[in-house]
Amino acid sequence: MQVMKLEDLDRIAEKSKSENALSRTAYRVRINVHMGTCGIASGAKEILKKFLDEMDSHEATDVLITTSGCAGLCSSEPMATIETVHDIAPVKYIDLTESKVGRIYEDHVLGEKPVKEYALGTGSERLG
Amino acid sequence: MPNDKNGVVLCNGTSCVLNGSQKVKKAFEEHVRAHGLENDVHIELDGCQGLCTQGPIARIEPKGTIYHRLKAEDIPDIVDEHLIEGHPVERLVFEGEKGLDGIEPLNTIGFYQKQRLIVLANRGSINPNLIEEYIARGGYRALAKALSEMGPDKIIQEITDAGLRGRGGAGFPTGVKWNFCRKAPGEEKYVICNADEGDPGAFMDRSVVESDPHTVVEGMTIGAYAMGASQGIVYIRDEYPLALKRILKAIDDAREYGLLGENIMGSGFSFDITVNRGAGAFVCGEETSLIHSLEGKLPEPRMRPPFPANSGYMGKPTNINNVETWSSVRHIINNGADWFASIGTEKSKGTKVFSLVGKLNNTGLVEVPLGITLREMVFDIGGGIPKGKRFKAAQCGGPSGGCLPESLLDLSIDYESLAEVGAIVGSGGMIVMDEDNCMVEVARFFLSFTQQESCGKCPPCREGTLHMLNILTDITNGNGQEGDIELLEEMAMRIKETSFCALGQTAPNPVLTTIKHFRHEYEAHIKDKRCPAKECKELITYRIDPEACTGCTLCAKNCPVDVITGTHKELHVIDEDKCIKCGMCHNVCNFDAVRIES
Repeated sequence: MQVMKLEDLDRIAEKSKSENALSRTAYRVRINVHMGTCGIASGAKEILKKFLDEMDSHEATDVLITTSGCAGLCSSEPMATIETVHDIAPVKYIDLTESKVGRIYEDHVLGEKPVKEYALGTGSERLG
Repeated sequence: MPNDKNGVVLCNGTSCVLNGSQKVKKAFEEHVRAHGLENDVHIELDGCQGLCTQGPIARIEPKGTIYHRLKAEDIPDIVDEHLIEGHPVERLVFEGEKGLDGIEPLNTIGFYQKQRLIVLANRGSINPNLIEEYIARGGYRALAKALSEMGPDKIIQEITDAGLRGRGGAGFPTGVKWNFCRKAPGEEKYVICNADEGDPGAFMDRSVVESDPHTVVEGMTIGAYAMGASQGIVYIRDEYPLALKRILKAIDDAREYGLLGENIMGSGFSFDITVNRGAGAFVCGEETSLIHSLEGKLPEPRMRPPFPANSGYMGKPTNINNVETWSSVRHIINNGADWFASIGTEKSKGTKVFSLVGKLNNTGLVEVPLGITLREMVFDIGGGIPKGKRFKAAQCGGPSGGCLPESLLDLSIDYESLAEVGAIVGSGGMIVMDEDNCMVEVARFFLSFTQQESCGKCPPCREGTLHMLNILTDITNGNGQEGDIELLEEMAMRIKETSFCALGQTAPNPVLTTIKHFRHEYEAHIKDKRCPAKECKELITYRIDPEACTGCTLCAKNCPVDVITGTHKELHVIDEDKCIKCGMCHNVCNFDAVRIES
C-alpha cells in the first residue's frame, strides 16, 4: 500500500489500534518485554522465553505478547510492562528473573492481580 | 508556566482532537473567563500525552493531575472545585495516575518524575519493527504536514524559531545549518545521520535507533525535503548490531509504504536512505572525518571552508545531524516552534537525552528539559549515590567534556552554563563519581581514550595528548614531579589552541577541569605520594586491622596470589611486597578488617 495522504495514515493507525488495543480485540492481556541491547544483555531473551513457555503451558489464546525497546532504567533491567483489559493502567516490572515471571504470570496475567513486590510503577511516562 | 500558578494543559494529539479536545478547551476558556480568572489560569495546548485511549485528556498544573474522557459539561466542576477550591474532582481523575493496588504511579517515582519525553516519546511503548505501531502513535504525520502544507522555507523557519541546536555535541543552531545547505548551489545534495556515537558510557543514539527507528527516518526525510536533498545516509557504528538491524528494517518498511522513494505521498519529492556501517572512530564526530570515511578514505578531518554545506560528501552540498537532532524534527513540525521553544532555558531550548551512569542508584537513559540542575539529575532522577557515599563529581559531555564538582550541583544543565565552567552538553554522556574515585585517574582515563582515538593528522593532538598522558600516568604511579601540574596546564592550553579539529581542541578538558576543582588531589599524588581516594594502585597498601580480624580465613582463601598467611581464629597478615592490590580481600571481608591505606 502506498501512503498518499493523511487519511491513509489514519487508516493504518486505525487498523493497528484495532489489532492491538485490548479494548478492541479478543486479547485480555498484553505483555511487553523491553528488549534494547541493555535489556537483552541483562537476560530479556530468557524472560521472553519464560513468558512464552507459560503461555504455551496454559494454552493462552487471550494473551498478546510483544517486544519493544529500552524502557530507560538500565540498572533495573530486565523489565516488562503488563496491561490487562480490566486494569486501566499498565504495570512496569523490574529486575525480572524466570521465577518472578512465573509468579507474575499466575497472579497478574491469569489472576489480573498485579504483583506489588516486583512492580516499579503503574501508568505511563510523562510526554512533552 | 510558573509552578505556583494554575494551568490547564490540553492534549492536542490527533486522537484527542478527534475525541473533542477543542470543545473541552473552549469550555475551559469560557468558565475561566466567567470567573474572571483569565490572567491567573494559563490554558494551553500540548503534544500527545500518550494516553490516547483515555482522551480527551487535561493535565492540571502545578501538580500534574490528569483528567480523562472529558466532556464540555465536566469543565465547570473542574474550574469550580479544582482550579478555585483546590480539590481535584475525584470522579474525573484518571485512575491510572492514582496508582493501582498500592503500586505507585510512574510519574511520581524519582527516576521518571522529572523526565519529559519528546525524542523518546515512543520508548518501550511500540514494537520498533512495526511501522504500523509508529504510525498509530502519530508517526509520519509531520512528514505529511511538511510536504502538503509547509514548503521548504517554512520548515526551516520553524526549526530556526524552535531554537533546536545540534545534539551531537557542538550545539550549532540546526535551522541555520539547514539554511546553509538549502542555499548552497547544486542539484545533488545529501543529508547524513551521524549514529556513530563513541563516547565511553554513552548510549543515547543507540537507544533511540533501537526503540524508535522511524523517528530518525521521518526527521531525515523532512530535512531532505527542506534542503532539497534526494539521498540520505545513516552512518551507524557496526558495534550496534541491533540498532543496525532495526534501522534497516525501518527504511525497508517506509519504502514499502511509499514514505521513502519516488514521489513521496504524491508530492513529487523523491528521497531514499542508505546505511553505512562505521568502524567506530571517535574522530568521525568531526563532520569532515565522517565524510572522508563514507568516501572510503581515512577518517581524518580537513580544513574548512569549504564547509560540508557547500562541499561535503563526494563534493556535493551535505548536511550532517546526529540521531537526536533528526529525531526532534517531527515533534517541532507537529507541535510548532513555540511549543518547543517554551521548554528549556532562554538560549537552550527543548529537552536533551542523557546517558546517566556511574555511581548512582538509578542508571539509565533519561530525557530532561534543558535547564534542569545537576542536583536534580544526580539525586532526584539518579536516586543519589549508593551505600551512602558522598557525591564527588560528574563528568558531563564525555571525554571532550569537563567535570562538575559538588560546588556546581546547582548549575543549570544547558549549553551556556556548561561552557562557562569548562564542560559541554556534548552528546549527553553523564558519568557520576563518588568519594572512591580518584580525579587524577579520571583525567588519565579520559585522556587515554582521546589519545587512542586521535587520528594522528596534527602534532598537537597526536604528540601533545601522548605527553600529557605520560605525565598523568607518572602522577598516578607515584612518579609525579614538582611542576607537573603547571606543565599539564600549559600543554593543555597549547593543545586546545593549536589542534586541527574539535577532538584535540577538547581533549584536555577533563585534565583542566579536574586540576581546577581537585588540585589538592594532584598535589597529594605528587608531593605526598598519596592517593586521597585510595584508588591508584601504586600508592596504596592493603593491611589487616588486628583489632577487627576474627581469623575467619575468608581473605586467605580468596587471595588469588596466596600472599595472606594466618590460621583459623588467628590474626591474618598480608605480605605487602607480593600483594598485587586486586582488592579481593577487602571485598570479601565480612568484618571490615581489611583497610586500604595511602
